[in-house]
Amino acid sequence: MTKNIMIVGVGGQGTLLTSRILGGVMENAGYEVKVSEVHGMAQRGGSVVTFVRYGKDVAEPIVEEGQADVLIAFERLEALRYANFLKKDGVLIVNDWRIDPISVVMGTAQYPENIIENLERTHTVYRINAMEEALRLGNSRVFNNIVLGMAAKHMEFDREDWLKVIEAKVPPKTVEINTKAFLVGYEK
Amino acid sequence: MSEKKMMLGNAALARGAWEAGVKVSSAYPGTPSTEISEELVKYPGVYAEWAPNEKVAAEVAIGASFAGVRSLACMKMVGLNVAADPVYSVSYIGADGGLVFVVADDPGLYSSQNEQDTRRVCRAAVVPCLEPADSQEAKDFMKYAYEISEKFDTPVIIRTTTRLAHSQCEVEICDRVEPEDKEYKRDPFKRVMMPGMAKKRHLVVEQRMKDMEEWACSQPFNKVEMGDMTIDGKKIGFITDGIPYQYVKEVCPNASILKLGMCNPLPRKMIEDFAKQVDVLYIFEELEPVIEEQVRAWGIDCIGKELFTIQGEYSANMIRERVLGMDLGIEPTPQIPPRPPILCPGCPHRATYSVLKKLKLHAAGDIGCYTLGALAPLAVVDTTVCMGSSISSLHGMEKAKGHDYIKNWVAVIGDSTFMHTGINSLINMYYNQSHGTVIILDNRTTGMTGHQDHPGTGKTLSGETVPAVHFPTLIKGIGIQNVKVVNPFDTEELTRVLKEETQKEELSVIIAQAPCALLKSEVHPYKVQPLPEKCVHCGACLQPGCPALTKNEDGSIRIDATMCNGCGLCMKMCRFGALEQVKA
Repeated sequence: MTKNIMIVGVGGQGTLLTSRILGGVMENAGYEVKVSEVHGMAQRGGSVVTFVRYGKDVAEPIVEEGQADVLIAFERLEALRYANFLKKDGVLIVNDWRIDPISVVMGTAQYPENIIENLERTHTVYRINAMEEALRLGNSRVFNNIVLGMAAKHMEFDREDWLKVIEAKVPPKTVEINTKAFLVGYEK
Repeated sequence: MSEKKMMLGNAALARGAWEAGVKVSSAYPGTPSTEISEELVKYPGVYAEWAPNEKVAAEVAIGASFAGVRSLACMKMVGLNVAADPVYSVSYIGADGGLVFVVADDPGLYSSQNEQDTRRVCRAAVVPCLEPADSQEAKDFMKYAYEISEKFDTPVIIRTTTRLAHSQCEVEICDRVEPEDKEYKRDPFKRVMMPGMAKKRHLVVEQRMKDMEEWACSQPFNKVEMGDMTIDGKKIGFITDGIPYQYVKEVCPNASILKLGMCNPLPRKMIEDFAKQVDVLYIFEELEPVIEEQVRAWGIDCIGKELFTIQGEYSANMIRERVLGMDLGIEPTPQIPPRPPILCPGCPHRATYSVLKKLKLHAAGDIGCYTLGALAPLAVVDTTVCMGSSISSLHGMEKAKGHDYIKNWVAVIGDSTFMHTGINSLINMYYNQSHGTVIILDNRTTGMTGHQDHPGTGKTLSGETVPAVHFPTLIKGIGIQNVKVVNPFDTEELTRVLKEETQKEELSVIIAQAPCALLKSEVHPYKVQPLPEKCVHCGACLQPGCPALTKNEDGSIRIDATMCNGCGLCMKMCRFGALEQVKA
């Protein structure tokens, strides 16, 4: 049975690295893995999506509407934008963080209220303010590994499987802080 | 023992080229093809470079092929238009050392100005075209491409798409082969395309395609997978190519499938035989009905674009809904604020555009990050056609309506785009006596594709330091006298220069020079923070549309310290001293 993971966020938040860590863990577990990424224009502060699929035989590299087992959202509005990709029994992990799109900044659109509360009515939702936690660790940039840690708890792999791949994929100087960050999310 | 590795489609193409023994590669960056060169340059025994444009890149590869080695040029699909001149002619000339062009299409327009289909060009230029469907095939097909190129004396195009280029899967790693360099023998009847020679070569080209069509019916890259899937008692079959094959496999693993790894020439007999074995034949191909038109022309009944779109990326859900008639019960995407890409915090283009906006100047735009200046709130870019078009289209406007008509216009073009094809247009403005103002948005890199070097940066693809093309000297060398270099963050100076130059009865070039805020070499020693006690909630600082700034409920300003690069543009907008620069 193929499992479908999606990571959504705002360009520059590091969805690529997260998808590659996910892909690495599943590859080590002996699954066939496909990862699909977004490069180029969309990365410039736009809405970004990456897909990770794993199983015995994986054909298409993308996750489609109604197919995601796990949706990892680095921002609330992006969680809402892609919530219809979740399966009925899918799990949403959301960073309780707001980044205003330019239309909201300029006052021509409203940032929706109570996004997470509304999503909780129809989906299984786990939330964390990873930015706050990351700042507590002293490096805002590791927030994505905190979110990943929380997601990892709801997946089938062991703690050590994740730590091994994080060590291999993040820049060597940041292994310690990224490991710490992952564990903050994992142990929540 | 074989080793397997997760690889992007683009990384696998690079690996394939290396394993095939490629010695020379040239390219101009373009999403989604850029990473091929960035990966290939890491391998030993390959010379890989950034060329100023795709035409140059293709010609470099052709030259290396003349010299008897396997060579490569990579580009996105619109780059193939730039390279069309050499590609159409080298089709007649053929290949000495294997000659391959990788051309990356962008169905769904993730990062492009149109949705053109390279397979159309392959047919028009009479060049064989291979289409891999995952990273493993990307590597394997690269090796086939060199064998085909040398066997049939032809250039070969490998057509990829965004989804293939930027997806990863496991790839089996092999060793490099070292084919012997071909010996050069003078043969002007083959390599000099004058009418007398080209007439004869055209016959060779057409025969070559006929020979390949028959040969391709028995090659491993075209394969039939017979299945037993039926709908309403009718046996269904798909003809498909590239990534769409994966969607078919996802939904209909038991259907009969003819997977075409080569879409030009099409293997006629293979297609006819396959069509006979199914009751309903679907042609499932992204973008243009290239396969479908040919299949119909052979008198074979099929279902194609009446069911599937010409526009956009395909999906498995498309098959579930339109072939299987499933109601997927998908919730509609909620009506929420969109999040289009925007200029980054600290981007020097934002500073230039905020001045253009204040002066109510229109900009003829070009291709790069700065195309984003067409969107609110800056909204100063009025037109964008293709690489280099800003300068020439401004010239055309002046010739249509006179100089006064364009005194509230400028052309804006990035440094890399200026090197690509902008320089030709500027020479035309000088030669044909235009008076317009051209701004080179010089951020010292090719920004949108992710920081590639170009002739103006003083670095090559391999990281070597080389003499940089000095823009003021180059432009003055053309004969243009009015050349000004301005730091766009000095908005007062830029305002003064723009007011002066746009009114002059002479051609002017302003080089707005400040490095891309995301360049690794850039340190940002400052951040900006608000001083709420001085803020009158006027919102002037928000006007340039920096994503680091947001308005609080009460109208005061919040700056996201994790995003701010401390460029200080917002401070310049504030007349009340309500923002201050502090050490980061």
